[in-house]
Amino acid sequence: MTSTTKVEERTLDSLLRLDRLPHIWCPGCGIGPAVGCFIRAVEDSGLNPDKIALVSGIGCTGRVAGYVKLDSFHTTHGRALPFATGLNLGNPDLNVVVFSGDGDLLAIGGNHLIHAARRNMDMTIICLNNFNYGMTGGQMGPTTPLDARSNTSPYGNIEYPFNVPYLVAASGATYVARWTVLHARQLEWSIAEAMIKPGFSFIEVLGPCPTLYGRMNKQPKGMDTMHHYQEKSVVKNGADPKDVGITAEGPIVVGKFVDIERPTFWEQCKLVIDRAQAKKNE
Amino acid sequence: MSENGVLCGTFFMNGDVACAEGAISAGCRFFAGYPITPATEVAERMSERLPYVGGVYVQMEDEIASMNAVLGASWTGRKAMTATSGPGFSLMMENLGLGVMLETPCVLANVQRAGPSTGLPTLVGQGDMMQARWGSHGSYEIIALVPSSPQEMFDLTITAFNLSERYRVPVLMMSDEAVGHMSEKVVIPQIAPEELVNRRRPHGGQEQYLPYKPDEDLIPPMAIVGEGYRFHVTGLTHDERGYPAMTAEAQDQLVRRLADKIRLNKKDIIRYEEVEVEDAEVIVCAYGISARIARLAVRQARAEGMRAGLLQLITVWPFAEDRIRELAQQVKAFVVPEINYGQIVLEVERCAAGKANTLLVAHMGGSVHDPQTILQAIKEAVR
Ligand SMILES: Cc1ncc(C[n+]2csc(CCOP(=O)(O)OP(=O)(O)O)c2C)c(N)n1
Ligand code: SF4
Ligand SMILES: [Mg+2]
Repeated sequence: MTSTTKVEERTLDSLLRLDRLPHIWCPGCGIGPAVGCFIRAVEDSGLNPDKIALVSGIGCTGRVAGYVKLDSFHTTHGRALPFATGLNLGNPDLNVVVFSGDGDLLAIGGNHLIHAARRNMDMTIICLNNFNYGMTGGQMGPTTPLDARSNTSPYGNIEYPFNVPYLVAASGATYVARWTVLHARQLEWSIAEAMIKPGFSFIEVLGPCPTLYGRMNKQPKGMDTMHHYQEKSVVKNGADPKDVGITAEGPIVVGKFVDIERPTFWEQCKLVIDRAQAKKNE
Repeated sequence: MSENGVLCGTFFMNGDVACAEGAISAGCRFFAGYPITPATEVAERMSERLPYVGGVYVQMEDEIASMNAVLGASWTGRKAMTATSGPGFSLMMENLGLGVMLETPCVLANVQRAGPSTGLPTLVGQGDMMQARWGSHGSYEIIALVPSSPQEMFDLTITAFNLSERYRVPVLMMSDEAVGHMSEKVVIPQIAPEELVNRRRPHGGQEQYLPYKPDEDLIPPMAIVGEGYRFHVTGLTHDERGYPAMTAEAQDQLVRRLADKIRLNKKDIIRYEEVEVEDAEVIVCAYGISARIARLAVRQARAEGMRAGLLQLITVWPFAEDRIRELAQQVKAFVVPEINYGQIVLEVERCAAGKANTLLVAHMGGSVHDPQTILQAIKEAVR
């Protein structure tokens, strides 16, 4: 037993930048556990870590790129996806992962998200949704539930949030799942599955932000939010994405919602190259 | 055409097409862009030609995405570019800064139209010259070239790629609508591999590699993604390991080096052409399409017995300040025609201060200068 634990630690360590620890995240934050699931998923997947590129935008979640021992890019706010698009098309043999926050991917980066999904870019997106902008101090964003408090919705949020899986599925993603960090095993497997699957794979991960969103919404400890997840989440693999929108009261539908096949953008690019080459040889 | 699909020969083509062909000859194999007049023809040509030479064209959802895709592609080792005009150029600014900070070689062509805002979409302007220098936030240095003919669109695009690979910095091609849309003879030679510069790769083992440890010339060798270096890069201020370093000392070290790698190599980077400056008492300092018009005015001035000369800037950034300071000792005045309300004239004025006068010949855009207005300014200046 002890030796197994040791082996596991060692493999995980080799994928982390230990020289950068301690990390910046608050106690009880959901980002760390999500990174743990990602690291184990890389192990599970059997993929060569040298060929994995991880891209983050800006935010607390955006800092993930700085802690993984992979080729990793900490880019600008909202722009992880187009940067990742260049990586993928520049070298289609890479396994490209985007790990970023809800504000980064759905607000400022929302346009890139729907277009990357539409093209079916071959990459895996891990979107850590903590229902607010953590890095800038807890403001509302496009995933903040109706009526929730934040530092820019002191009277309660009046905006209706995105149903993220529905948005991404409608845009063309070929793999869509949602888990909370409480569902560590499922999340880990889901990430591994998504990384192996060609095409645009999107995983929404709900994780606590006790310091800001939690404190303002009666979940001042990370464990409070974990209890909320435990109470409210229902696993419904294959659920219709249109039915999985989130409200402050729950339920939180989790599971794998979409797993379909469609040519990736790179496969389409190869068609173009073939056609152009045929013209050359005419 | 040569066997590998790269053009070779003499052609009649417009400036935008020549820019695309220059890129292909330079080894560019990735283009990401968003259509905008008058730069669209660069994208169209690339969409046809890149797959032909085994490259990738992708039309992104906007210019912000285009700039980022170019940066990503560059980190895979490809030479990459985008092309745009004023409105798109503005959108690219934040991530041009990311390119500077990550020291990512790439080329951005701006075929300028008259602004501000949507302005005159189909007509010439040179109003983005200062934006090229200062458009992104923070302190940095950039390289910007200004072509004045389709032939220079071809030649300078190759120069742009070479400089960007050499100095690990985005290089701007500050063209304009007149040059982009005019068709002229363009000679496309076969470019020998040794004429092309490729970024310096890491020397030494993967374990020792520090992504931002510069060599003596202040330029760090560049690893590419997927080779096992497992490097980290960030837009945050960083140390030699590429790790965030949130101190004034780290900021000082990094920002100084990013600027100095350009400043200390000015002599290698700066390019200009001179016409009859030896005995000149008035020098017209111009760039791009305005330099071609200025040439006519200078010739006419000479024919009328005035000692006029032309200094055509080919790089505007870094600015040819040493040469202008030198010439300021000899001339009465500089005449600066620009298709804007006075941008590069400010630089000329700064360098000539106290030694020679400076006269702006401003034209707001929509057409090029009438050579007579430049001639008039020369006459005023000799008086
Ligand atoms: C262009 C730009 N606008 C605004 C910011 C400020 N900013 C930094 S992070 C952030 C929000 C991050 O929220 P999210 O993506 O949800 O990440 P979290 O911190 O919650 O993990 C904002 C608005 C920025 N860095 N760049
Ligand atoms: S502010 Fe919130 S999201 Fe950011 S590290 Fe702290 S708990 Fe996590
Ligand atoms: Mg967030």
